[in-house]
Amino acid sequence: MTHRPYTPWLFLAPGLAICLLFVIFPFLNMIVLAFTDASALGGGQFTGVDNFVRMAQDPKFWAAARNSGLYLVGVVPPLVLLPLLIAMLVQKVVPGIGIFRTAFFTPVIASTVVVGLIWTWLLDSRGLVNNVVEALGGSRIGFLTDSTLLLVSSMVVTVWRGLGYYMVIYLAALANVPKDLHEAAMVDGAGPVRRFWSVTVPSIRPTMVLVAALSAVNGFRVFSEIYLLSGGSGGPGGASTTLVMLIQLTGRGLTGEVGYASALSIVLFVILLGLLLVTLKLNRREDQL
Amino acid sequence: MKRAHLHLALRYLGLLAVLAISIGPFLWQFATSIKGPSEDVFVPDFIPDDPTFGNYAAVADVVPVWNFALNSLGVASVNVITNCLGAAMAGYALARLRFRGRRFAAVVFASSILVPFEAIMISLFLVMRGFGLTNTLTGVVLPGAVAALNVLLLRNAFLALPAEVEEAAIIDGANAWQRFTRLALPSVKGTLVVVALFSFMFSWDDFLWPLIVLSDQEKYTLTIGLAYLQGTFVQNQRLVAAGTIIAVVPLILLFLLLQKHFFRGVGEGAIKG
Repeated sequence: MTHRPYTPWLFLAPGLAICLLFVIFPFLNMIVLAFTDASALGGGQFTGVDNFVRMAQDPKFWAAARNSGLYLVGVVPPLVLLPLLIAMLVQKVVPGIGIFRTAFFTPVIASTVVVGLIWTWLLDSRGLVNNVVEALGGSRIGFLTDSTLLLVSSMVVTVWRGLGYYMVIYLAALANVPKDLHEAAMVDGAGPVRRFWSVTVPSIRPTMVLVAALSAVNGFRVFSEIYLLSGGSGGPGGASTTLVMLIQLTGRGLTGEVGYASALSIVLFVILLGLLLVTLKLNRREDQL
Repeated sequence: MKRAHLHLALRYLGLLAVLAISIGPFLWQFATSIKGPSEDVFVPDFIPDDPTFGNYAAVADVVPVWNFALNSLGVASVNVITNCLGAAMAGYALARLRFRGRRFAAVVFASSILVPFEAIMISLFLVMRGFGLTNTLTGVVLPGAVAALNVLLLRNAFLALPAEVEEAAIIDGANAWQRFTRLALPSVKGTLVVVALFSFMFSWDDFLWPLIVLSDQEKYTLTIGLAYLQGTFVQNQRLVAAGTIIAVVPLILLFLLLQKHFFRGVGEGAIKG
């Protein structure tokens, strides 16, 4: 015997306690609460599927689910393509390349709050971006005051912050693309565009799928960007609210409707789990390659 | 030869364009933060006529920004220690010790990874209230104190170590704790650095949970303090800008010092997002 029977449990105790108390238990509790009319003050009667019936008839839920879905659709294509182009730009070692790589990663380091505040200021009705728009002869745009534009602005911020992160993932993948493939294609007279589509893209396709899945999960979870760009309101009349923000608004505070918020959480969980399982599966497959 | 020069010039042009996009917003924020009260902040002028650091002192007069920073630093530091130690201990038990119930423990950690925080945050708030820990910094730290992902990262690191060394130590009579601290831990330093860095960054940047669990201004961490600052003093952008610079500088310094670990961590923690 190399150890006493209880020794492993002493090693596991802190981690296991945290995960059981603050992940597994709240998760199970959420499922129970979703079938009650519990409020933040406590209590709660079993109400069957009432919360889900209410959800189906709640225009706020559908608007939030649509916004989160749109967000996913809006951020995934640019986050799959743009970081790849940037990775190809920094892949070749030229003088000063380290400085560029480091600089491109900086937005990832800054918190979403810092990033959100910086862009709120940039996109202000009298901010830097509108100054440029005016200088180019256009009129000021209400990036943060129109509910659709707010959503688009928020996507731009998410994409901007994700560029450096996915660039690093792509850099690792590009390093594994065999050089002779490129050379062979060059000998055959393929131009840079042709080589990109016929050599680069097929060799790193698994990574592109992984980036798509990762950015989809993160896109659907969006909260901070919308919260900050709208000053906590979720846009004019709350029209730009996303699912996570709706849960936060529904469940928080003394008037919080915990039961209904839990039902919303279950919907969020099911969608995210689906996306996450796809991601894990793809990640595993990529590891084997 | 000419053609190669043209290619290089184009490459640098592209690099500079991306540089402007990724760094420009930070520079603009910094420029705003050092503009004096007499200068129009709306004029797109990256170099102020009369630069001043007065806003950094002034922001502390309207909100206790250094207090916020201290709270964030405390929360992040504790988070680093509990994650490195707790996750390493659990990871070691999973990888190196044989016992009944190991499968159960592994399942708990694996399923914890699959539960997104956003889905349980309301229920988690009720748990915290049950413990009487809402509106405390302890309540901010606890849910992420030992992240399941870190347990699995360290488990994998321990699994990759050769078993022979430990077998020799067992024969020499070393107990499990001694083998853990003297042999196993020093061998996974690289993974520990990644776990430490990302725990710090995650905690320093966290917004949603502190927003839910904290209600008194004196307990605020930097992120919700800044959101509060923006909501209250939106008319003075110089102060908001100074606040954001205070929040971002420590992380940029940390990043510049430990770059290669950051890049490694992106690969290892890709799933965490």
